[in-house]
Amino acid sequence: MTAMNQALTLPLAPPRLPWTRRALTWTRSQLFPSAGHSLLTLGVIALLCWCVPAALNWLVFDATFVGEHARDCNPAGACWLPITQRWNLFVYGFYPQAEQWRVTLSFVLAGSAFGLLFFKRLDRRLLLAYLALLPIVMWWLLKGGAGLPEVSSTRFAGMLVTVFLGTAGMIFALPLGILLALGRRSKLPVVRLLCVLYIELVRSVPVISLLFMASLMIQLFLPPGSAFDILLRVQLVLILFTAAYMAETLRGGLQNLPRGQYEAAQALGFGYWKTMGQIILPQVLKQSIAPLLTQFIGLFKETTLVMIVGVLDIVGIAMSTAVTPEWVEYGHEIYVFLAIYFFVICFALSRYARHLEQRMEQSRS
Amino acid sequence: MHKLNRVKLLLGAPVLALLATCVQTAQAGVLDKVKAHGSVRCGVAGDKPGFSLIDDKGRWTGMDVDLCRAVAAAVLGDADKVEYLTTTAKNRFTALASGEIDILSRAASWTAERIANLGVDFTTVWFYDGQGFMTHAADGIEKLTDLDGATFCLSPGTTSEQNLEDYFGRRGLTYKTVVIEKSPELYAAFQRGRCNAISNDSSGLAARLALMNNPQDYALLPEVISKEPLGAFVAQGDTTWRNIVTWTAYALMTGEELGVTSDNVDQLRTSKTASTDIARLLGTEGTIGQSFGLDNDWAYRALKQVGNYAQIYDRNLGQQTALNIPRGLNRSWKDHGLMYAPPIR
Repeated sequence: MTAMNQALTLPLAPPRLPWTRRALTWTRSQLFPSAGHSLLTLGVIALLCWCVPAALNWLVFDATFVGEHARDCNPAGACWLPITQRWNLFVYGFYPQAEQWRVTLSFVLAGSAFGLLFFKRLDRRLLLAYLALLPIVMWWLLKGGAGLPEVSSTRFAGMLVTVFLGTAGMIFALPLGILLALGRRSKLPVVRLLCVLYIELVRSVPVISLLFMASLMIQLFLPPGSAFDILLRVQLVLILFTAAYMAETLRGGLQNLPRGQYEAAQALGFGYWKTMGQIILPQVLKQSIAPLLTQFIGLFKETTLVMIVGVLDIVGIAMSTAVTPEWVEYGHEIYVFLAIYFFVICFALSRYARHLEQRMEQSRS
Repeated sequence: MHKLNRVKLLLGAPVLALLATCVQTAQAGVLDKVKAHGSVRCGVAGDKPGFSLIDDKGRWTGMDVDLCRAVAAAVLGDADKVEYLTTTAKNRFTALASGEIDILSRAASWTAERIANLGVDFTTVWFYDGQGFMTHAADGIEKLTDLDGATFCLSPGTTSEQNLEDYFGRRGLTYKTVVIEKSPELYAAFQRGRCNAISNDSSGLAARLALMNNPQDYALLPEVISKEPLGAFVAQGDTTWRNIVTWTAYALMTGEELGVTSDNVDQLRTSKTASTDIARLLGTEGTIGQSFGLDNDWAYRALKQVGNYAQIYDRNLGQQTALNIPRGLNRSWKDHGLMYAPPIR
């Protein structure tokens, strides 16, 4: 899109040609500028012609979407019945049927946080309050208590786990990351040392070993019977892990900022927190939005690792489906479904990062 | 100074509270914990067809699951009061020792090393299994020693790696292994020819073979190289709880032996002509249930809600299921099998 815009606006801007001519020029200049390029274009087109129809046939046209049993499947195409038959399990896990509206509501709340960020005019404090309360409200909705019937977290599975871990992880990791980044640049040696130790320790250990630690070791240190929820334990690990990486991203931003900004704040008589909160951080966060969102996407994908410690996220449910006698032959479809699910969410996040960056560039110029 | 004291107090209070709960929970047994919690927390594998698996409606099914359901019926009066936690081959015993689960019903083998080192107690054998082998029919392998120099697909952290080492090492044969954690991937690797043979519990192999769309391409070897007595584990040191789980399993086996099923249990319970063995099992005579810390209807509820051992086996592994695993050693001792429950009296 952007390439096209540039090509159109730069040389051809003054006389506006009919769209057919514009399309023709674009095709010629972008797809067939030279013999080598033309060959490449034709090669790619041939490749697409060869594999796209076959893929579409398998994925959609010959595929089976309606039915109840494996025998209803058309052997020529994909069989989506394991997904459609188990849709409820994929989305809500083992959540009691009568209470599933709570899961739906918490999905809507998490989704609307995403939506709210698009509104430029919204009061910042309102937005922050919404984001801060979101994980707590989600946990209350899902877990129950205080007016709602309690649901054991052993019944949490599927998308519910993925979305909860992802959302709460993102919201808690950022403030913790900011504190760690500030701590690392603090003038107090103890604070600095602790932050450096923490960040370096977490960054030099794979997340999987931290998850094993959370699932196996923590329980052994706690007094017997005081077991705290495995879901919260892995959530904590994901937050702590992501925060350490975010701290490093933000430190880059902090170091990039000209010294003059700090000195100007000091000259105005600002204290430490005021300097940071009103002058330094807004600039740093603005600069770091793209790498931060990349980390959020990473976090979202890392939630799948919880399967290894026995939490049934959407991948866990998919794996369990793949060994069910009835659906044992439809592993490919199940993997394709997982790929589509993660692609849709991560692609939306990355488009959103792009949107924010563009907005930033506009406001700067 | 004054301020410091307050800080100390603030820090001290939670520590004391923690210690207090520590002492309290150390005294309370698993039975009290289960009753207070209102459900039995059952650690399962979650990916073993016939033993523990999720069906399309999101319900747990399988032999291992039914044992937990029977315990829940005996202890809490409702077989549905079970919370399932999926455990992996790596974290299963830690989860049990740390009290995160009350029963580990995960088709785990009963071995001396586990009992001696892992801080867990075995209840009773729920399924007799052994380590078997599946090969590609095209390779024409007839016995295990033909596989000298072959590559084996195995799952990690199980007894099968050790058994294979013992068997091949003793005979001076060589082999290579491909270790894959998840069973769908393990079987897929075997089917695509990454290894000459796959080794696993023979029930699992038979079940898998029954599900393949080209079973004639694969062959099970006649050799079974190990004894794998599978059953539930509980945390060490709680005899009351261990007895309850063990004897619930025995009650279900006794149910088969005496012909008590979920269908006729009500009738037998009120019948005047039923044998004294049945009367003792169903709690109309004697006070065995009370001695276990339950009530006398414990076995009645388990049999009524879950069924006897034969019913459980048929439902999960029997002929009308896709798996169709012959009962073999798991027949009752009356039918020349190994399922032999001590007398309930």
